[in-house]
Amino acid sequence: MVIALRINGQEEQLEKCTIEGLVAVKGLVAASLVVEHNGRIVKQTDWHTVLLRHGDVLELLNFVGGG
Amino acid sequence: MQDEQLIIGGHGFSSRLLTGTGKFAAKSWIPKMLAASESEMITVALRRIDSGGTNENILDFIPDNVVLLPNTSGARTAEEAVRIARIAREAGCGNFIKIEVITDMKYLMPDNYETLRATEILAREGFIVLPYVLPDLTLAKKLEDAGAAAIMPLGAPIGSNRGLETKPLIALLIENCRVPVVVDAGIGRPSQAAEAMEMGADAVLVNTAIATAEDPALMGRAFSLAVQAGRLAYLARMALESPTAQASSPLTGFLN
Repeated sequence: MVIALRINGQEEQLEKCTIEGLVAVKGLVAASLVVEHNGRIVKQTDWHTVLLRHGDVLELLNFVGGG
Repeated sequence: MQDEQLIIGGHGFSSRLLTGTGKFAAKSWIPKMLAASESEMITVALRRIDSGGTNENILDFIPDNVVLLPNTSGARTAEEAVRIARIAREAGCGNFIKIEVITDMKYLMPDNYETLRATEILAREGFIVLPYVLPDLTLAKKLEDAGAAAIMPLGAPIGSNRGLETKPLIALLIENCRVPVVVDAGIGRPSQAAEAMEMGADAVLVNTAIATAEDPALMGRAFSLAVQAGRLAYLARMALESPTAQASSPLTGFLN
């Protein structure tokens, strides 16, 4: 089933999956990733438990250099 | 003489040089710079992932003994700063937060009003709040009352390397603040860092001047020594200036 999500401000359509699945599909490096799901941070150990739903809002963040 | 530690939010630091992770030509310089400078606190920023980027984790380049100071750069309002701070803490960066709220993209001047609002909220939530501000004594006292753990006045615009353009205003903060004053932004040369410490600043934060040097590790060492020299000069109580000469040798004739 295809669902629509807002990821980092952009609408995206993808097959229903967990956060862990999304990270794998996008080929992201898990170690450096901070995931905010509908305004709440989801720890990496919980990514496999969170099933994404139509209309969810995700922020995929990481720490970068800054002063 | 043994100097006392710098205490921010109940944490003790032997080094009075705070550093940043921005603008390094290669991130591999960061651990070398930290080792050379002996800096014990370093800033990081939080951003949406860059889909075309390398996904390199800046935190991998920072040794465990160095305290992370996430900043809220990118925030344009207090609410955005609060959100970034909460995310950073949730992500395991600890309780320290540098509040940076900027709407002026030409001079990157901090928005003191929004910064105060964010400080009030985050201090109540148990963060160790270091607000980056234009040096304004009235504001600084309000920040202290709101629970700020330190005040970080700018010396000159971010990345400008112009030094202590706001020196007289920073002096008022140093004279009157209960919490540490950390001069942040604009310090371009070790001599300027020393100057801030001679004035009695508790610490300085230097990023651009170190990161964009040809050898950031060597420059980190140079800043470390300058900060120590300035601090010792402050503790030693410097001699006063005089408009005329004051002989340092006896003025009597040589054979008298």
